[in-house]
Amino acid sequence: MLAFVLSVEFTRSDIEAIASLARLHLDEDEIELFARQLGEILEYARQVQQIDTSGVLPTASVVTSSDVVRDRADETAPCLDRQAALANAPDPAAEAGLFKVPRVLG
Amino acid sequence: MTRVGTAKHTCDAVRNGEQTAVDVCRAAFDVIAARDPALGAFTTLVFDRALARAEEIDAEPERWRSRALVGLPVALKDNLCTRGIRTTASSRILESYVPPYDATVVQRLEAAGAVVVGKTNCDEFAMGSSTENSAFQVTCNPWALDRIPGGSSGGSAVAVAAGMTPVALGSDTGGSIRQPAAHCGIVGLKPTYGRVSRYGLLAFASSLDQVGPLTHSAVDAAMVLDVIAGADPADATSSRTPVGDYLKALDGRVRGLRIGIPRRLLETGVDADVMQGLENALAVLRERGATLVEVDLEHASAAIPVYYLIATAEASSNLARYDGVRYGYRAPTEGRADLAAMYALTRAKGFGAEVKRRIMLGTYVLSAGYYDAYYLKAQQVRTLIRTDYDRALEQADILAMPTAPTPPFKLGERVEDPLQMYLGDVFTVGANLTGLPAISVPCGFAGTNLPLGLQLIGRPFDEATLLRVADAYERDTPWSTQHPPIS
Repeated sequence: MLAFVLSVEFTRSDIEAIASLARLHLDEDEIELFARQLGEILEYARQVQQIDTSGVLPTASVVTSSDVVRDRADETAPCLDRQAALANAPDPAAEAGLFKVPRVLG
Repeated sequence: MTRVGTAKHTCDAVRNGEQTAVDVCRAAFDVIAARDPALGAFTTLVFDRALARAEEIDAEPERWRSRALVGLPVALKDNLCTRGIRTTASSRILESYVPPYDATVVQRLEAAGAVVVGKTNCDEFAMGSSTENSAFQVTCNPWALDRIPGGSSGGSAVAVAAGMTPVALGSDTGGSIRQPAAHCGIVGLKPTYGRVSRYGLLAFASSLDQVGPLTHSAVDAAMVLDVIAGADPADATSSRTPVGDYLKALDGRVRGLRIGIPRRLLETGVDADVMQGLENALAVLRERGATLVEVDLEHASAAIPVYYLIATAEASSNLARYDGVRYGYRAPTEGRADLAAMYALTRAKGFGAEVKRRIMLGTYVLSAGYYDAYYLKAQQVRTLIRTDYDRALEQADILAMPTAPTPPFKLGERVEDPLQMYLGDVFTVGANLTGLPAISVPCGFAGTNLPLGLQLIGRPFDEATLLRVADAYERDTPWSTQHPPIS
């Protein structure tokens, strides 16, 4: 059991930190809106924290291992053609067979 | 031509030579041309491709006539990949994305003789309950044009309800097939998790997503499930549990069947017309020989917060792939912008408000320091919810409850209040958290024209019982043959 109740108030720097983790640029209005709405949603979610889950295993998936398609033969098979894979790229280097991106380092 | 027929009627007519696949295809496009401008169900139509495909079927009757869905026009939710046909998930970030491959369900439909007519509008990346989160257009409920069609598979539900195609496919992560089916007065089936391949479905929450049909009847849903169900080497979560013969299971028998009603869950927040619709439906099934038993789903009231913690966590991870590098939109950047700035701007301009809200929430609940309190805790309560359903399905053969707590609400009514929108999913998210199969069947109206849905939830991989009960119910009631007025 949790011994404390989590704060669900978000400052603008909290929201900016989450947005940065999510690789999401937010404008001023969005920062304000999400600070309020995330707080409201998590306030509502507090009821989950009040449920006793001592000794309860988490469910990440309802699939049991016996269900999984697992005895596929380990052999090579055709895969996506390189030009087809590049066809939707916003900035492909088609002849080199590469995706281009803005510079990564200074 | 005012409407296309049911799937059963359509395929029988083509098989018997009463109609050609081309006739059927042209008829569907005639209805779409007449009705869709006012409804907004379709985001992409592929008339030439569909006609060419119908011609192929007509040219080789001996090859196609024996196939289960011969000549059947189908609409596909726009989060199912279609080779050579734009697939957007109703998002700006995929506005011009043309997949190089077909989803497994699309391959299976086409191999069975179906003809894809187009892609349907949905909430962006299937995140929503009203289809209002589409980046492109509003979709209206054909029964009342000022009302939502439900969501997120709203376009698919409207395509079927308005008689534009006999069948559509949708996806259901927290009710996105069943709730729009209920709001549009048609049948919607969410199969057991793993029953239908997810390969080629644009992922929202991978442990919850499932593909299924929206149709006019349980018979039509069984016809489609017969074709799309089954293990797929391309989806490691697809199940090898043997597939039933769903159409053959529809024998009308419900005598002795125990139907569990979670009375305590229905005590608060359910509209009076919705409760009346449920009671009337239960009376019909009892008349046919079913027994009603009361069951308790102790943790069901926590299902919505658990769902929104888990679904947003999975979504924040799944949607990381939309980064402006390999496909989709890339925001223009100023001269010295670096890669990280390009990612952040691309995602800012490419995603709409609801998707951003969920990515933010999901990122937060997965972040260091909060993971145990939110995400892990939600997964533990998910286990308790599963145990509740398992126990209830020992006392009963199926469970019954409304699909949605209210009739379809007005367009715009809940757009500014996401939490209010989420609360409408109270009866549907349970089947996703547990993986159980569930179906929504039309069960009357609030007032004269706002459709209501009866939801039935079954044991794992027992779609046959769900469809059998739904079909039996349809035999005794007029609802599944009623259609919206033509505006």
